[in-house]
Amino acid sequence: MLEIRNLHASIDGKEILKGLNLTVKAGEIHAIMGPNGSGKSTLAKVLVGHRHYQVTQGEVLYEGRNLLELEPDERAREGVFLAFQYPIEIPGVSNANFLRMAYNEKAKQEGRDELDPLEFDDLLREKMKIVEMDSSFINRAVNEGFSGGEKKRNEILQMAVLEPKLAVLDETDSGLDIDALRIVANGVSKLATRDNAIILVTHYQRLLNYIEPDFVHVLYKGRIVKSGDKELALELEQKGYDWIKAA
Amino acid sequence: MINMSQVAIEKDNYFSAYRLFAKTREGKDPAWLTHLRERAGQSFESLDFPTTRDEEWKYTNVAPILKVPYRQVFDLETDGLTAESLAPMTIAESRQSQLVFINGLFSSELSDLSALPDGIIAANLLSTSTEQAELVRRHLAVYADYHREVFTALNTAHLGDGAFVYIPDGKVVEAPIHLLFVSTTEEPLTSHPRVLIVAGKGSVATIIESYLSPGEAVYFTNAVTEVFAAQDSVITHYRLQEESEHAFHIATTQVYQERESNYSSYAISLGGEITRHNLNVMLSDERTETTIDGLYVGTGKQHVDNHTVIDHQKPYCNSHQLYKGILDGKARAVFNGKIFVREGALLTDARQMNKNLLLSGQATVDTKPQLEIFTDDVKCSHGATVGQLEDEELFYLASRGIPAERARALLTYGFAEDVISKIKLKSAREQLDRMVLDKLHQSLEVN
Repeated sequence: MLEIRNLHASIDGKEILKGLNLTVKAGEIHAIMGPNGSGKSTLAKVLVGHRHYQVTQGEVLYEGRNLLELEPDERAREGVFLAFQYPIEIPGVSNANFLRMAYNEKAKQEGRDELDPLEFDDLLREKMKIVEMDSSFINRAVNEGFSGGEKKRNEILQMAVLEPKLAVLDETDSGLDIDALRIVANGVSKLATRDNAIILVTHYQRLLNYIEPDFVHVLYKGRIVKSGDKELALELEQKGYDWIKAA
Repeated sequence: MINMSQVAIEKDNYFSAYRLFAKTREGKDPAWLTHLRERAGQSFESLDFPTTRDEEWKYTNVAPILKVPYRQVFDLETDGLTAESLAPMTIAESRQSQLVFINGLFSSELSDLSALPDGIIAANLLSTSTEQAELVRRHLAVYADYHREVFTALNTAHLGDGAFVYIPDGKVVEAPIHLLFVSTTEEPLTSHPRVLIVAGKGSVATIIESYLSPGEAVYFTNAVTEVFAAQDSVITHYRLQEESEHAFHIATTQVYQERESNYSSYAISLGGEITRHNLNVMLSDERTETTIDGLYVGTGKQHVDNHTVIDHQKPYCNSHQLYKGILDGKARAVFNGKIFVREGALLTDARQMNKNLLLSGQATVDTKPQLEIFTDDVKCSHGATVGQLEDEELFYLASRGIPAERARALLTYGFAEDVISKIKLKSAREQLDRMVLDKLHQSLEVN
C-alpha cells in the first residue's frame, strides 16, 4: 500500500530525513521508534503534506500513485489520515459540523450518499463508543477546552468516522495517563482491519503493549537503521537508544 | 474634501426638504410636537455635517451621501409590496406582532399585532390616542441628542411616522415585536425612521428592528431609536441592517437604563455602501446589566462604521461588549468603542472586545477601543484583534479531506458563530446564518 524510497526531506533548509525507506502492506501495523530529533514527526508530516516540509529527493507511492503530487485534502480523501501529536483547537466550529463535512467530502469522492445532520448524528454516536466519548462532545467546538487525553481521543474518533486506508499516529501516546492510553489504544485496535494499515510513530514502547505491531523500525538521524518485530521494541525498552546510536 | 460652499448647498437642500415636510403637517399635530420639530430644525440649521476632520468621523466620509439628490415621500407607496413578497423579510416568531414601514411610512395593511396581549402598545408613533400621546411626549427626543448631533437633529425635524412600543409595568411579552423598515424605492429617496421603546418597571420584552430592501437602489436611511428601560426591566434588542448594497444608512440608538435593568443588544450589519451606527448606552443608576454584541460583514467596497458608548454613571454596573467583523474584498470597517466610568462608579465591571477577520489582502479595519476611567476599584478590560484565517486551522481541515474553499467557509462561519449563536429566536438565527453565508458566497450546510 505504501512504498517510501530514499526519502529526503527538510524544514527551513535543514535536512531531517536522509534517505528513508519503508514498505507497508494492507493489514499491517508498523511501529516507528527513535530518539528525539530522529525525524519521526517529520515523516508523519511529510506523508500528510504539511507545507513547512520540503521533499528534496525520493518518492512515496501510495497504492501505486505518487502521493507527493497530491494536495493534503486530496490525500485525505484518498484515505490517508494523520492523528496529530498536538491537535489544535478550532473555536466556533462544532465537532459535529466538522466531522460531518469531512465525512461527506469522502463519501462524495467515493460515490456514496452524503449524510444529513440527523443521519450523521446516529453514525457519530456509534463511533463515539469506540473511544468512550460521551455525547456532550458533539456540539462542543473542535478540541476547545479539551484535555490532552480528550484531544487524542478526538483524533481517534475522527479516524473511526473517516475509516482511512493508511493511518499515521504521531506520538498518539505522548502525554496520556494510563486510562487514556488504554482507551486510545483499544480504539485503534478496534479500527485495525485486514484492508487498512497503521503506522505508529512513538518514542516509548508502552503503547505497543496494547497494540501489537507486525514490524518495528528504528529511525535514527533521518534513516531507518534497524527493523524487527515486537521483540525489538522490548530490547529498546531495556537498552535505550544509545545501543542503536553506537552501532 | 468638501468645500464650504458645497456643504452650504447640501444643507440648504436638506433644510428646504424639512420646511416642505413641516408644511405638510400643518394643523395635524399637537403643539408640543410641532415645537419639538421646530427646535430640531433650528438645531439642524446651526450644526454642520461632519467632515473627516472631526475626530468622531475621521474614517467615515459622508460627502458621497450628501451629494445625492433625494426625493421625499409623504404618502405611502407600497411599490408592489404585498404580504407575500414581504414574507421572506419577516420573522416567523413575530408575524403577528410586527409593524411594517415602507420607505419610512407606516403600512397598517402589512402590520399585524394580533399576538400582542392587552395593554402592550405597538403603534405608529403619532397615533392619536391620548394615553399614547402623553407617554410619547414624556420620552420622545429626551434621550437622543438633537441639540448637538446633526443627523439626529435632521431626523427629529422630520418626526412623522415611526414605531412606538410601550410595555407597561410588570408585563412580560412572549412574542417578539418586530419593527420592519423596508425600502422599496428605485430612485434616490431619503427617510427618517424613528423608534421609541418604553419598557416599564419589571417588564420583559424582545424587540427586533430590521432595515431591509429587496432591491439595489441608492437611498438614504437616517434613523434614530430611543430605548428607555425602567427599573428591573429586561430588554432584548436585535437590530438587523441589510440595506441595499448602494444605500446609505446612518443611525443612532440611544439607550437609557434605570437601576437594576438588563439591556442586551445584538446589532448585525450586512448591507449598505456606507453605514454608520452609533449605539450609546447610559447607565444612569446602580446594578444594571448591559450586553452589546455586534457582527458586521463587509464585502466589495462597503464601508461599515460602528461607534459605541457605554457610560457607567453609577456604581455596581456590569457591561459586556463583543463586536466581531468579517471583511472581504476591499471593504473597510471602523470600530470605536468608548467606555466611560465616571467618578464614584465603584465596582464597575466593564469588558470590551473587538475582533476582526480579514479574508482578503485589501480589506482594512480601523479599531479604537477607548476607556476613560475616573474612579478606582473597577474591573475594566478592552482588546482588539485583526487577523486572518489561521494556516494551522486550514491545514487541519485539509488533512481531514475538506477542500480549501469549504474550509475557509467553515472557519469564517466559526468566527461569526459566537455572536450569531446568542440570537435566541431560531428562525431569526437561521435567516441570519443564510444571509451571512450567502454574502460570503459560500454555501454550507450547518446546523
